[in-house]
Amino acid sequence: MDVSNIWYFLSGLTLLSALMVVLAKNPIHSVLYLVFTFFCISGHYVLLNAQFLMAVNIIVYAGAIMVLFLFVIMMLDLRKNKPESKSSLTKLAGAIVSGSLLVILVAAFHKNNLPAPSGETTGFSSQTGMVENLGKILYSEYLLPFELVSILFFVAMVGAVLLGKREAGERNF
Amino acid sequence: MELLNDVFTAKAIFIGIVFAITLGIAAYSTYFERKIAAFMQDRIGPDRAGPFGILQPLADAVKMFMKEDFIPANSNKWLFIAGPCLSMLTALMTSAVVPFGDTVTVAGVTFDLQGIDVNIGILWVFGIVSLGVYGILIGGWASNNKYSLLGAIRAASQNISYELAMGMSIIAILMLTGSLSTKTIVETQQAGHWNILQQPLGFLIFLICAFAECNRTPFDLPECETELIGGYHTEYSSMKLGFYLFAEYINMFISGAVMATLFFGGYDYPGYAFVAGQFGTTVAAFVGMGALIGKSLLFVFVFMWVRWTLPRFRYDQLMGLGWTGLIPLSMFNVVVTGFGILIGQPILAGIGGVVILLAGLFLNDAIFRKKKIA
Repeated sequence: MDVSNIWYFLSGLTLLSALMVVLAKNPIHSVLYLVFTFFCISGHYVLLNAQFLMAVNIIVYAGAIMVLFLFVIMMLDLRKNKPESKSSLTKLAGAIVSGSLLVILVAAFHKNNLPAPSGETTGFSSQTGMVENLGKILYSEYLLPFELVSILFFVAMVGAVLLGKREAGERNF
Repeated sequence: MELLNDVFTAKAIFIGIVFAITLGIAAYSTYFERKIAAFMQDRIGPDRAGPFGILQPLADAVKMFMKEDFIPANSNKWLFIAGPCLSMLTALMTSAVVPFGDTVTVAGVTFDLQGIDVNIGILWVFGIVSLGVYGILIGGWASNNKYSLLGAIRAASQNISYELAMGMSIIAILMLTGSLSTKTIVETQQAGHWNILQQPLGFLIFLICAFAECNRTPFDLPECETELIGGYHTEYSSMKLGFYLFAEYINMFISGAVMATLFFGGYDYPGYAFVAGQFGTTVAAFVGMGALIGKSLLFVFVFMWVRWTLPRFRYDQLMGLGWTGLIPLSMFNVVVTGFGILIGQPILAGIGGVVILLAGLFLNDAIFRKKKIA
């Protein structure tokens, strides 16, 4: 099978499952469709020969974050306290917001005149996405942003611990 | 093109064989689990089906298939079916990157005894392990039963907590090896330079986390009978239940294989070079495959041994051990490993780290215990 055929199939699957995230009535189904969307995106990474990104995408998003989402939704049991069907005003507001976002995105792409990918392969290395090359670039060229991001994560972690920590003498549920 | 096809066929056959071996070992693990339990409790164990009860797994499988396949009325039908399927799928996917042996030549085709050699091998294992919880979570929720849901939620939080420590202990291995590829990790351990010598602490952390990830005693809180009936598989019957139980045994075998790969030299065994010189590399590689399977079976035995020796943890103890015990310990291990690489004596640093840790724990205990009494 041609690679472009796989790409079309995968993209169709991604869009379909992403749509189902929004359209599914049951929040659990929504989360599961979102997990499936992440898998499709990982498939795209594989097609780009970026195996490391594929693995990290699965570990971080599908394996950790979505498990927590599922966890919380199951705990809350949204079927019991499902909000009444949304009023037409909310629907209208949602349509306007998302429509204008779409217009902005299309306009930005149109204005910037992004060059269409040419068929030429000079200067293209299939090994760019490999973990060794990625690591070298991250730790040399992009060292400062990388360290800044880790500081950001650290601060977020300290904040989470602080929020989750029980004060002495506080009620233990 | 011809060669590619040959290698492709050989790989396909090899993957089929690994699949069959995994299923066979998982089936017979159930038999040995009961035999070992019987031995430890001074009983006889299953002895009716065939000589020494050797056909017991077959009888169990027939029983599982023949039982009524029941789906609760108020359950979410598709997710109820998807749960055990996902469990089985994720259990079987990990073995793709475990290197079972070195390069062999059979019928003029040269190939590696490994499903795929990707340069992110260990991340693949880690990713699949983190997905393993979906089968339990979905099955437990779809049952529409409070006990099932509680079991599923316990499994999810347990897996997330222990994944962190597991990842940190793998990082120490990666620092030593400098590669994510499982093949490279095994190749650097050839001729007796096993990682266990440099990473005793890392191995201990990984072993404990493997117990937690497989939901085995002492961490089998998700299926704790005294509190949750059957846990996440309370509502399951017939082969769907069989799939859940089977997936657990497959996970045990595969995690044994991963532990052997990471810490015990993979397919390396004493006298590898001698066998290779005497009978050729192909025979040596196949013996190596046997050695790896033997090592993983040893770990399966350890899993069972612990199950029939230790009592179950309490849930807060489990979480406390994961977050305040193992994660700081694995960070300490990473620091020690880095220090060892810096001074060029990783084995010395590994053993020194354990000694320092024990001394620190002893001192801490000696100081704080006295204060409590006084």
